[in-house]
Amino acid sequence: MAILDILVYPDPRLAQISSPVEKFNDELLSFIFDLEETMRAGPPSVGIAAPQVGHFERIILVDVSSKPKIPNHGRLTLINPNILCKQGSMVGREGCLSVPEYTGNVSRAEKITLQALNKEGKSLNYNMEGFEARAVQHEIDHLDGLLFLDRLVSRRSSLFIRKVYK
Amino acid sequence: MSNWYMLTVVGRDRPGIVSQVTLAIYKGGGNLGEASMVRLGGNFSIMLMVHYEGTAELLEKLISPVGDKLHLHIHIVSIKGALHQRLEPDVRISIYGADRAGIVAETTGVLVEAGLNILNLESDVGGSPTNPIYIMEIDGAARNGVDSIRLALDSVAKGKNIKISVTPINTLMG
Repeated sequence: MAILDILVYPDPRLAQISSPVEKFNDELLSFIFDLEETMRAGPPSVGIAAPQVGHFERIILVDVSSKPKIPNHGRLTLINPNILCKQGSMVGREGCLSVPEYTGNVSRAEKITLQALNKEGKSLNYNMEGFEARAVQHEIDHLDGLLFLDRLVSRRSSLFIRKVYK
Repeated sequence: MSNWYMLTVVGRDRPGIVSQVTLAIYKGGGNLGEASMVRLGGNFSIMLMVHYEGTAELLEKLISPVGDKLHLHIHIVSIKGALHQRLEPDVRISIYGADRAGIVAETTGVLVEAGLNILNLESDVGGSPTNPIYIMEIDGAARNGVDSIRLALDSVAKGKNIKISVTPINTLMG
C-alpha cells in the first residue's frame, strides 16, 4: 500500500508509450491497489493511468460514479484497453493530474465501444457515452504518450467545430 | 514576480506584429504572462501581461520603436496581478440570432442579475452584410447555479429571433 508520485509535465516520461500487460499476478493486483489509492488521495479526479505514476503498462482506472446523473459502469479497472468503435464528437473541458493549474477544451468521441481485460485477465466489452467515454479516452491517451494538451481545440472554434482529418 | 503590467496594442493588421512586439519585450528583459490576441475588424489587438522590473515609462520606451514602425497604439498600465489566478468556468452560454442593437447589453444585464461572472466572452458577426448574424459565446462562473442562468435567459429569448443555449461545463480531471 502506497501513494505513488504523479509525474508532472514537462517530465519526458509522460510521452512514453506503455506496453501491454502480460502477467496477471499478485504484483499486478498490488500495483492496481496503489494506483487507486493514489487517485483517491489526490485532487478529485475521475481517472488515472499507470504511466502517470511512472509505470509503463497499459492499465487505467476510471470512476465517474461521483458525478450526478451521468450514465456509468462504476469503478473500472481497464487493462490493455482497446476502443473498437467511436461515434460522434463533443467538446468538453479537461484538466489533468499531470498538468496542474490548466484546463482546456478537447474534442472527443461521444460514444465508444471498448474492449478491455479486468484484473483477472478476463475480456469484457463496454458501450460507453458522454463523460465516462471522455474519461476513458483521456486515460487511454496517457498509455500512448499523449496529454490533453495535444488535443486542445480553440475556444473560438468551439461553436462551429471543423472536421478533423487524420 | 510582482511587477506586472498590462500592455494593450491595437493597430491595422499586418504580419509580424506579435513577433516584433514580443521580441522587443524579450530583448529588454521582460517576461510574458497570460495574453489574448485577436484580429477584430481588420485590426489586430493584443492584451498581454508583461512582467518587467523597470517602470512603465521604460517598458514603453522598449516597445515604442516597434509601435512607430508598425503604426500601433500602445497603452501600458501597472496591474496588481499574478499568474495562476484562473477561475474555472462552470457554464457556457451560446447566443446567436439576427444582428440587432442592444443584444449584448440586454443579455449580459440579465446575466449579471442572475449571478454570472463572465470569464471569457467572444463574439462575431457572420452572415452577409445585408443579413448579418450575431454570434456570442460566454464562459462564466454561475454563482447562483446554472438553472438560474437558464431561467433568466428564457425571458430574454421570448418573442425574439435569437437562439440561446446554456450548457454546464463539467470539467473532467483525469
